[in-house]
Amino acid sequence: MAKKTVVETILNGESIEFLCEPRQSLLEALRDVLELTGSKEGCLTGDCGACTVIVNGRALCSCLMLAVEAEGKTIETVEGLAPADGLHVLQQKFLEHASLQCGICTPGVLMSSKALLDHNPNPTEADIRYALAGNLCRCTGYDKIVKAVMDAAKSLSTRARAA
Amino acid sequence: MHAINYEAPKTVEDAVKLLAAHGEKARPICGGTDLIIQLRAGVRRPEYVVDIKNIAEMRRIAFSMQHGLRLGAAVPCIEIYENGDMRKYYPGLTEAAHLIGSLQIQSRASVGGNLCNGSPAADTTPALIALGAQARVVGPKGERMVPVEDFCTAPGRTVLQPGELLVEFHVPTPSPHSSDAYLRFIPRNEMDIAVVGVGASVTLELGEDRCTEARVALAAVGPTPIFVKEASQALVGKKLDDAAIERAAQLATAASSPIDDMRGTAEYRRHVVGVLTRRCLAKAAERAREATQSR
Amino acid sequence: MAASTNGHGYRVIGTRPVRHDGVDKVTGRAKYGADYAFPGMLFGRVLRSPYAHAVIKSINVKKALALPGVKAVVTADDLPELPDRMEAAGELPVNLAHLSQNILARRKVLYDGHAIAAVAATSPHIAEEALRLIEVDYEVLPPVMTVEDAMKPGAPILLPGLRNKEDGPDKQTNVASHIQFKRGDVAEAFKSADYVVEREFKTAMVHQGYIEPHNAVGIYNADGHATIYCSTQGTFVVRSLSALVLGMPEGKIKAVPAEIGGGFGGKTTIYLEPLSVLLSKKTGHPVKLTMNRAEVLRATGPTSGSTIRCKLACGKDGKLIAAEIRMAYEAGAFPGSPVGAGAMTIVAPYNIPNLLIDAYDVVVNRPKTAAYRAPGASNAAYASETIIDELAEKCGIDPCDFRIMNGAKEGTAQTAGPPYKRIGFIETLEAIKNSPHYKSKLEGANRGRGVASGFWFNVGLQSSAMVNIHTDGTASVVIGSVDIGGTRAAQAMIAAEVLGLDINDVRPLVADTDSIGHTDVTGGSRTAFATGWAVYEASQDAVRQLKERAAKLWEKKPEEVAFNNGELSAQGDGLKPMTVKDMAPRLARTGGPITGRATVNARSVGPAFATTCVDVEVDPDTGKVQILRATCSQDVGKAIHPAYVEGQMQGGTAQGIGWALNEEYFYDEKGILRNSGLLDYRMPTCLDLPQIETAIVEVPTPGHPLGIRGVGEVSIVPPPAAVANAIYHAVGVRMTELPMSPPRLLKAILKKHGGAESQAAAAGR
Repeated sequence: MAKKTVVETILNGESIEFLCEPRQSLLEALRDVLELTGSKEGCLTGDCGACTVIVNGRALCSCLMLAVEAEGKTIETVEGLAPADGLHVLQQKFLEHASLQCGICTPGVLMSSKALLDHNPNPTEADIRYALAGNLCRCTGYDKIVKAVMDAAKSLSTRARAA
Repeated sequence: MHAINYEAPKTVEDAVKLLAAHGEKARPICGGTDLIIQLRAGVRRPEYVVDIKNIAEMRRIAFSMQHGLRLGAAVPCIEIYENGDMRKYYPGLTEAAHLIGSLQIQSRASVGGNLCNGSPAADTTPALIALGAQARVVGPKGERMVPVEDFCTAPGRTVLQPGELLVEFHVPTPSPHSSDAYLRFIPRNEMDIAVVGVGASVTLELGEDRCTEARVALAAVGPTPIFVKEASQALVGKKLDDAAIERAAQLATAASSPIDDMRGTAEYRRHVVGVLTRRCLAKAAERAREATQSR
Repeated sequence: MAASTNGHGYRVIGTRPVRHDGVDKVTGRAKYGADYAFPGMLFGRVLRSPYAHAVIKSINVKKALALPGVKAVVTADDLPELPDRMEAAGELPVNLAHLSQNILARRKVLYDGHAIAAVAATSPHIAEEALRLIEVDYEVLPPVMTVEDAMKPGAPILLPGLRNKEDGPDKQTNVASHIQFKRGDVAEAFKSADYVVEREFKTAMVHQGYIEPHNAVGIYNADGHATIYCSTQGTFVVRSLSALVLGMPEGKIKAVPAEIGGGFGGKTTIYLEPLSVLLSKKTGHPVKLTMNRAEVLRATGPTSGSTIRCKLACGKDGKLIAAEIRMAYEAGAFPGSPVGAGAMTIVAPYNIPNLLIDAYDVVVNRPKTAAYRAPGASNAAYASETIIDELAEKCGIDPCDFRIMNGAKEGTAQTAGPPYKRIGFIETLEAIKNSPHYKSKLEGANRGRGVASGFWFNVGLQSSAMVNIHTDGTASVVIGSVDIGGTRAAQAMIAAEVLGLDINDVRPLVADTDSIGHTDVTGGSRTAFATGWAVYEASQDAVRQLKERAAKLWEKKPEEVAFNNGELSAQGDGLKPMTVKDMAPRLARTGGPITGRATVNARSVGPAFATTCVDVEVDPDTGKVQILRATCSQDVGKAIHPAYVEGQMQGGTAQGIGWALNEEYFYDEKGILRNSGLLDYRMPTCLDLPQIETAIVEVPTPGHPLGIRGVGEVSIVPPPAAVANAIYHAVGVRMTELPMSPPRLLKAILKKHGGAESQAAAAGR
């Protein structure tokens, strides 16, 4: 059996190192090695999106990426979404719109939404629904989630125009 | 998961050396969207997992009007969708890539991986077949080109021998009056494996609406993806009207051999093959006509 | 309108503050059961049966124990054998043998995925590998997978000791019970009816589909006390049921509620919890067990598939006259399907003088069913509400008006139990009729609109609450109700309202089984209702004590002190009114800290009604259904936090749509579950649903201080029938099987058009 590997990566803006076995997924490394339990396990088959993180600017399911593949990459998780003081606009809008009930899908949805807005600052409702198709929510029926993302997009573009 | 060793070669040569050295005990990993699930389920238990995503040659999309398309086998689907040439010249293959799973899956999944997994339901495979794509395979004994319609031999099995690696796809330059399309049927609007998939490409004679080339391929209705040769024969030389399309749809249905499973009954799938073939050919034809004007 | 605390409108209740646990949940800080880690913690995994029905001849764990990293392996031999009899666990009656055998199988396995053994190891991967090394010798038996097959004479028997009253003490059977409800004379009534419609319906087994799999971390201490951290809907249930299974006194177990990632009824029982304690006891370490998705689908508690024959009759004028219903529900491997609830809800929204309902609880080789949001009611409403739609059409009456004409009101008889008190069913129908959705025209080919209604009793049960007044005049509200959808905010709002505090000065806390008095499950739509009631009373208790303290300060009698608009006041010169914040620093010298407390055993429940309208478009060539628009109207009594009330309505509607269109369990002929993953167990994605409009109706529950009616469940009841009715109005076929997946719908469409596939093919595009 292969010994553990040291992986160097940039996580939420910080250069870090961690130790992992080749068979551990990025999700396991985040949760069990780095103790960042914000990303959740829902299915381990890429069907629910609860483990969604952003790697090199792309949203992906961390359960379907080996931890060793993180070498040299840039990773964003929900723990890094908020600035030092306050909340990210998406987080703020989710709270205002009551877009979460049990909250287990929320970290994954937030990361998918952030990836969407990073690529497409003015999404239509259809764009949002397509971008979130890989994030299952069983509690909300998605209605208030979509409304929050639309509101966040509006808010961010207002800020961008004002800046 | 059982314990594995991870290797990340930087060249095709190194990758082939590793795969040849370990034979059945090694498996390439690309997006991992099929393989990691299989490793967890214990369906595959290789000792070595060879990550091919760091091989530049396998990650490129190179298009030119002279040479056509060289599509690296390890290009993630999302990059195909974002590539202007892909959207313009190969809209069917592009839409197939954009249909796979979610955006999270498309960030990782590749057309090469989709083909090598050998599932008859793979979405991009019929689109490749419709385009007449060839797979460039490199192994310890040298290189070979395999027409994509010959690549899969049985559910989960391909022509790849131990030590061989699928490196890239060669797709011919589309003629000025041709285009492709891919349609699939799933019960939800996303996230499902194709119940039926149809890829089609047509080339039209300028100003005549007469078909000079046509290829139709099917997903999920046989033990492998199916190239419907008879449809090509029936369409070439004919005006692409409702009757011709209907004939092609019947031939596609006849070529399919679907099973009953939890995604659909055989009876249902046969019906939907006809429906989708009609719709897909119509879409490809419409694009071909527009391409005649716009390209 | 419900009485307010001061005669005017509410100040906090009915507003939409940000929930108190919100920041933790959007930053990933909130701790769900699988997020807990303790020093020295081991990881557990469960070995599960690969057969649907088999005798366990032997289990050999030697090789597994020898794998480096494995610290313990347990089987049913490590648990006390419990007798085959009923016992009250908390308020629930449970069969002890069945409870224990579902945790770890004894002698027989009864479904694909039935737990047989559990392993604890130093890593989850090692534990997983260890499972492969456990050798089990099975004698495979033929499985029984449907209620029809289970009820046939000569069917394989699952539980040799199972008996029902009708068949008597000597007959082995798979029918656990038969319940009957009767009123009037249905045979006579059918004879005189103008319109009679009878159909047979089938619904598939479906799962609650919570995104978070089950989990438990068990810590057994050498002093005989155990702590369980887990995601559950009922910490007191975890404690009492785990105590029974482990043979431990209940008081030696503390259940600590982690945040929970969805339950919908499926987490109101136990699976991993006693195993985590057992493994911890054997190893001397904390042990974490989690399920993967395949285990959740195979081996937790989906809800029953069912067969329902429903016959309804009405006069030409649209008045319902009679209902005759036979319903058989899958209980799974052990008795206890919600067929009784199905029988009590099936035509409950209507005033029908003649009624005969026969309901059968039947065991089959599937996992033991557990509650799923208004358990039993959605299956039932699928049958009755589609037939009601047919009758309305025959009478030429609008589907809402038909229901209004027959609708239950105060005084209408229930199927079982006393007549309804004041209820808001008619109001939900009127809300739908007046909704922008219903008023809009639906145009286009293959599009249709469907309406359906539903009923759910809701429950009361027991809750405890404490309200602590802190030295800075803020308050904490301590409850035992796990928060699965935002209820802790509602509890804080109730306390804030009564105490005259700002919502941000009240902190809600969900406590463990030692820190709060007995509280029944978060389920049955009871949390805002019963726990809210307890919080209300506890807050009033705090107010009473505050008045006593003010009286002391002012040298008055407590009855001379008033509390209005958050202020204590009394008549007298120089007596300035005081808020809670003003009183707080004076508590020590007037007698000490103030804790308001209350417990309720809520009896006078307010039943809930919902009416849902759905627009669909059908692709007649593929049978695929798109939901174009959906509106849910529900009587909630009083919406404490309207945004979370809307959320419950939207969530239930979404689940109901999934149930209608694509969710079902596929077992093969060997009884093995083929779709034990979220790829092929198809729940609606964001792209499958439109915005879900809501129309909240508030008809207060008589007797409740705030008029609250349980909110969480009933919205899941109408959608399957509403979608079926919409499909009928779109393409003219009446579907009688759930889910109405594309292959089934296409088959029905083709049959309607004469069955010629080529005909349809030529016509299709």
